[in-house]
Amino acid sequence: MPFLSLENITKRYGATKAVADVSLSVERGEFFGLLGPSGCGKTTTLRMIAGLETPDDGKIAFDGRDITNLSPEKRGFGMVFQNYALFPHLNVFENVAFGLRARRRPKGEIAERVKDALSLVQLPGYERRRVDELSGGQQQRVAIARAIAIEPQLLLFDEPLSNLDVALREETRGELRDVVNRLNLTAVYVTHDQEEAFALCDRISVMNSGRILQTGAPRQLYEQPASVAVARFLGRNNLIEAMRVSKMHDAAGTFKTLRGGHTIVAPTDAGKLAPINKPCTLAIRPEHLILGRSEPAAENALAVIVREIIFAGSTITIKLDANGLALEALALQANGLSINDSCIVHLPPERITVLA
Amino acid sequence: MKERETGKGQDAGARRHGDVEIKDGNSFNSFFHRVYARLRLRFVLLWLVVSLVLLYGVIYPNSYVVTAAFAPNGEFAPGKFFEVFAERAVWEAAATSVGVSLLTVLLCALVGVPLAFLFERYEFPARRFFTALAALPLVLPPLVGTVAFIFLCGESGILAHVVRHLLHLKSAPWTLRGWWAILLFHTYTMYPFFYVLTGAGLRRIDAGLAEAARGLGARGTEVLARVVLPQLTPSLMAAALLTFMTSMASFSAPLLFGGSVRMLTLEIYNARQRGDAQLALTETVILALISLCSLLFFQKYEGTRRFAAAAMKGATRRRAPVTGGRARAVAILCAIIFTVILALPVLTLLLVSFARDGSWTTQTIPPAYTLENFRRVITESDSSSVFVNSLLMSGIAALAALAWSFIVTGVVVGKERKVWRRVISFLVLVPWALPGTVVAVAIAEAYGRENFLSGSFILVGTFWILPVIYFLRFMPLVVRSVQASLEQMDARLEEAAGSLGANWWLRFWRVRLPLVWPGALVGTLLAFVIALGEYVASVLVFVPRSRPISIAIASAMRDFNLGTAAAYGVILILIISASMVVAARLERGEKA
Repeated sequence: MPFLSLENITKRYGATKAVADVSLSVERGEFFGLLGPSGCGKTTTLRMIAGLETPDDGKIAFDGRDITNLSPEKRGFGMVFQNYALFPHLNVFENVAFGLRARRRPKGEIAERVKDALSLVQLPGYERRRVDELSGGQQQRVAIARAIAIEPQLLLFDEPLSNLDVALREETRGELRDVVNRLNLTAVYVTHDQEEAFALCDRISVMNSGRILQTGAPRQLYEQPASVAVARFLGRNNLIEAMRVSKMHDAAGTFKTLRGGHTIVAPTDAGKLAPINKPCTLAIRPEHLILGRSEPAAENALAVIVREIIFAGSTITIKLDANGLALEALALQANGLSINDSCIVHLPPERITVLA
Repeated sequence: MKERETGKGQDAGARRHGDVEIKDGNSFNSFFHRVYARLRLRFVLLWLVVSLVLLYGVIYPNSYVVTAAFAPNGEFAPGKFFEVFAERAVWEAAATSVGVSLLTVLLCALVGVPLAFLFERYEFPARRFFTALAALPLVLPPLVGTVAFIFLCGESGILAHVVRHLLHLKSAPWTLRGWWAILLFHTYTMYPFFYVLTGAGLRRIDAGLAEAARGLGARGTEVLARVVLPQLTPSLMAAALLTFMTSMASFSAPLLFGGSVRMLTLEIYNARQRGDAQLALTETVILALISLCSLLFFQKYEGTRRFAAAAMKGATRRRAPVTGGRARAVAILCAIIFTVILALPVLTLLLVSFARDGSWTTQTIPPAYTLENFRRVITESDSSSVFVNSLLMSGIAALAALAWSFIVTGVVVGKERKVWRRVISFLVLVPWALPGTVVAVAIAEAYGRENFLSGSFILVGTFWILPVIYFLRFMPLVVRSVQASLEQMDARLEEAAGSLGANWWLRFWRVRLPLVWPGALVGTLLAFVIALGEYVASVLVFVPRSRPISIAIASAMRDFNLGTAAAYGVILILIISASMVVAARLERGEKA
């Protein structure tokens, strides 16, 4: 039985469904991510797990118990809010101690556990500070300390790093993962930042328009997106509209691109075959495109013209035109290419995902 | 209630859901269970209190007045209502009220708006002092203000004496009577609405917009007309309607120096004094209708004001310092004159409070001074009990309003827009929009005899009628300030507290209360001081055993005990000032 499970959860605001028929399960000790663009229902889902919203339909179970209508204070989940929601009238110590006081723990224990929590987030000695004296990163850590001080069975994060600047975000991200690992906590983490989700989570549900599009490990989502939407949302992708032309139900299918009319071979899953003469999408990551000058030895080699070279520090994005088909390649170096050069691009078949 | 939630909640939740699963096919039952599962006893109690107070305090008395006006003897006879309405005196009074109020709005705008521009746009010595001073008349009780005006500008007042001596006139140069007297007094007491709201509006305007307009080639006057004023419109609108409604409700000035100007409030009072209930009721309904229409108008504009505030993210314009030597001198001179004009009525009151009763006749200023007035007012049990009465009744009303405001906001404040939220907000505002005369008449009529709806309680003739009326009239102020504080408070703080295991009581006690407290206290103090000087409603229904201060001032004036009246007024002003200082402290503390 999963530690936390959502079954067919639906939440309506007026006529619109903020969350539609969402089901997911989180195992004990897992770091689970909800990833999606803003307004996709991920925060609403998290708030329903926290008990701050009540689903209109469906069931939430935790550790074998139905908690669908249980009020937040009885769930015992720690939550870290996007804007931290630190109590401005209380100092750091009182903020962290808040949940312990609500549980009427003895004084000595409170002091000890606040101290532990603060040293865990590397803020020892900050007990007497006012929260508005702290920097954004420090406030963030207090919020985490406050959530872990109550030793929650489940820790919920609502885009906790989105208010920090880039450098601090990466640093805090590492510390966050470290703390969760060390305490062996189960966590549900909401973010719209794909990189953040990949770096932190064991498993991720990609959401859009209130629905879960795909759930899986970061690598799986990245390399085998289940739909065009997921492929589009997770990083840059060359999405090539094509038509299947091979008749045989082989392990490899032959496709003809709608633009440029190239023939491309891609592996197809024997279980789910794209129907012949129906349009489908071939997805390949820019970093998997291989650029060369010589004639191709292998299949899937297209003659292209370099249209644009975009320098982005450690990598270079090269925009290509294959007889009307626009492609994007990611390389570490420009390899002496310049605009309007002709060259050959190779699409390794094993890197191509066929999407219906 | 707490035990019920913490103890049984978990099992009950699980069990309830079990039922739902069994009866899965029955969607109605499942729906019912869901509603039941979310129902909390405390919400039921909150709703009960809110609906009872609004029913008995707002809906019942007001509809009673309307019914009584249309159906005098229990039978529906609107003919009688229109018959009375058609009387020349009635619609003349209504027209006079509206006319006086419109002129008041115009005059107040002419004084208040330029003043706001001056104080918001220019920096000069002691600007902050004048800024604070300019809002002073807001907290001056109208009755005390009128008394001070009589001492200062009345035909035997200080100014009249000065002019008479200077010009060697035989009689007083003017009489403080009629339209101009009312308008002068209204302008003095109500221009702060324009001053305060225009100032706030100017502070909200993004300086970048004016700069952008200048960058696009607009001249100074064009910027004012096409950029600044359109953005100020909501503030000006709000100020205009606030002034209009206050003026419609004005009672002390028409009573003491209105002369032949017959305003509705005064006519209602006179009709009741004469025992003409039908006339009083009809006039009350008319006055209520005019005021409610203004309120609806006002609420419509309030929405746009919020929008303007939300759109603003830039910086406000810096104040330009007045640097030139001559300009500086003129600015300081103007400021001094302004201060004197503002302070003169209060200073006169102070002077007269030390005058020996009966000694001031034809002299410019009172000839003999004594502490006797204060001694008598404070030590003689008959007069000092007046303070106890007022403090007690206002205190009860203010504290009740404080508790009530937390109850109402518990029901009304939330992120979802609901129709019932707007209905309750509107009902809460109604007693504030209605003139004091209307509220007093409504309560007096509805709770004058035993009735099945009112249970069997009679308020008229008891100590409780004034606290109840004060509560109804001024609780909207407290509710609004608590609501404003709550809306500023981050709703996630309470959610965070909930996720940390705090039940509703802890969330209220340790998060909501400490964060809203300063705002709530400021609102409560304001309601308290306004109730302390309340006269309009008090004069209609007060009980001799528990007379408030205002009634004592009025009767002292009637007996020509000018010194005594002034002494009452001075002590009242002192109490109010002390409360306002505390309130200002709290507000500053909140911002820091």
